[in-house]
Amino acid sequence: MTDTDIHISSEPLVEIRDLYFSRGELPIFKGLSLDIRRGQVTGFMGPSGTGKTTLLKLVGGQLKPSDGKVYIQGQDVNAISRASLFELRKRMGMLFQSGALLTDLNVYENVAFPLREHTKLPEQIIRDLVLMKLEAVGLRGARKLMPSQLSGGMARRVALARAIVLDPMMIMYDEPFTGLDPITKGTIVTLIKQLNNVLGLTSVIVSHDVEETLSIADYIYVISDGEIVESGTPASLRKSSSEWVQQFLNGYPDGPAPFHYPAPEYIQDLLAGR
Amino acid sequence: MLDWLQNIGKKSLRGFESTGRAAMFFVAVVRGMDVALIRFRLTLREIYSVGVLSIVIITVSGLFVGMVLGLQGYVNFAKFNAEESLGIFVALSLVRELGPVVTGLLYAGRAGSALTAEIGLMKTTEQLASMEMMAVDPIRRIIAPRFLAGIISMPLLAAIFSAVGIFGGYFVGVGLLGVDSGSYWSQMQANVDFSGDIVNGVIKSVVFGIACNWIALYQGYDAIPTAEGVSRATTKTVVHSALAVLGLDFVLTALMFGDI
Repeated sequence: MTDTDIHISSEPLVEIRDLYFSRGELPIFKGLSLDIRRGQVTGFMGPSGTGKTTLLKLVGGQLKPSDGKVYIQGQDVNAISRASLFELRKRMGMLFQSGALLTDLNVYENVAFPLREHTKLPEQIIRDLVLMKLEAVGLRGARKLMPSQLSGGMARRVALARAIVLDPMMIMYDEPFTGLDPITKGTIVTLIKQLNNVLGLTSVIVSHDVEETLSIADYIYVISDGEIVESGTPASLRKSSSEWVQQFLNGYPDGPAPFHYPAPEYIQDLLAGR
Repeated sequence: MLDWLQNIGKKSLRGFESTGRAAMFFVAVVRGMDVALIRFRLTLREIYSVGVLSIVIITVSGLFVGMVLGLQGYVNFAKFNAEESLGIFVALSLVRELGPVVTGLLYAGRAGSALTAEIGLMKTTEQLASMEMMAVDPIRRIIAPRFLAGIISMPLLAAIFSAVGIFGGYFVGVGLLGVDSGSYWSQMQANVDFSGDIVNGVIKSVVFGIACNWIALYQGYDAIPTAEGVSRATTKTVVHSALAVLGLDFVLTALMFGDI
């Protein structure tokens, strides 16, 4: 842990304290504590199934932790009323892995959806706002298409436009790079960085794409088995002395994280079938 | 033996739990009805998809049921030289029983299953979750308008079913078998009571509308978000709705016409 990082001065927007959460019998988080700082791009990395997406849902108040607190701007997400939680959510955008566009509305209406639900703006202003946000993600020309006609990358960009249409203070990306071709991936990386800087957002990225995340994050938490294994700037992470982190960053097939799922001795197992 | 007992306990607990969730869901939907009423355009769209699009199947089924009633009624009434009563028989059967019940069953198959699949898939594709994250309550915005639309559509569909059925009976009885046209209509007018028969039929179809839509929407909302989960929920919708309609029909009939 390198606490002397340059960014550490900015105040936290999200504070997670002693978070416990489990799915059925399976513990996902065992006393997680961390800060997400205002104006930064914070990355969460870790192998599949470590509860990275769960963490976003806990921050968004969609799941309730079994113990511990999540504070956003000092407000305890699980203690406030449903109405205040909804007020808070209007200022948080979330980009789902699938895009989660509403399939019965076209691209334009999808982006206009939060405006129509939460504001009484006249049609002309809604149109201007929607076109501005679509322009920002380069899909102004695709406004008439239905979600089923979009490629995975386009759907994610439309979802991004929808997530920023209410000008949120924070945006959470759930696996934004998964399943995209290199060009689209590059586009998304650039978009996330640009939006963060231009709109003054706080961004949270959950991903297991190492290079993309390291290239845009200001601060990174590596999570495994419900705990923070390592945290720091991308540069300090690359120099980490932890073998596990090195294995994860470089994608070595075997190491502290074993290649084999726990199993009885191979020879014994083969002979047992006779 | 102990396993068996444990299994029974587990299953009944799960049943109670699900019933409780369904009841809470119902309360949430009723309390979230404001959006569906204020922005009635949302509800109108759903009336189109669950109601208007069901008209074809309701009309065709109503016609055939009415024709069968005409035929069966004629054959049996002819034995007592009471063919003139065919009109009453067809009308009462349809308005009191077959209209609401068959419409309920057809609605569950045509619109209920579609509702469950739609909501279940919206859940599977995270559309409901994304809506929640956009601070839009899916119960208010998605579920309540559909619920209201179903309750409005059901009595209208049942009325169409009965009306078409009466013409089906007329077509077979008067057109093909030679019952007197005047007695078909006048006997019907004289013996079908508005408050006793028609209103009770409408009440039945409203109750079936509530039951079918509650089941369909709850099953979709509560579906396990996988392909298998949605398919199971759709099956459950049709089975539970059919049982609910038939069971409720007996209860309502006993209360309305049974003199118990």
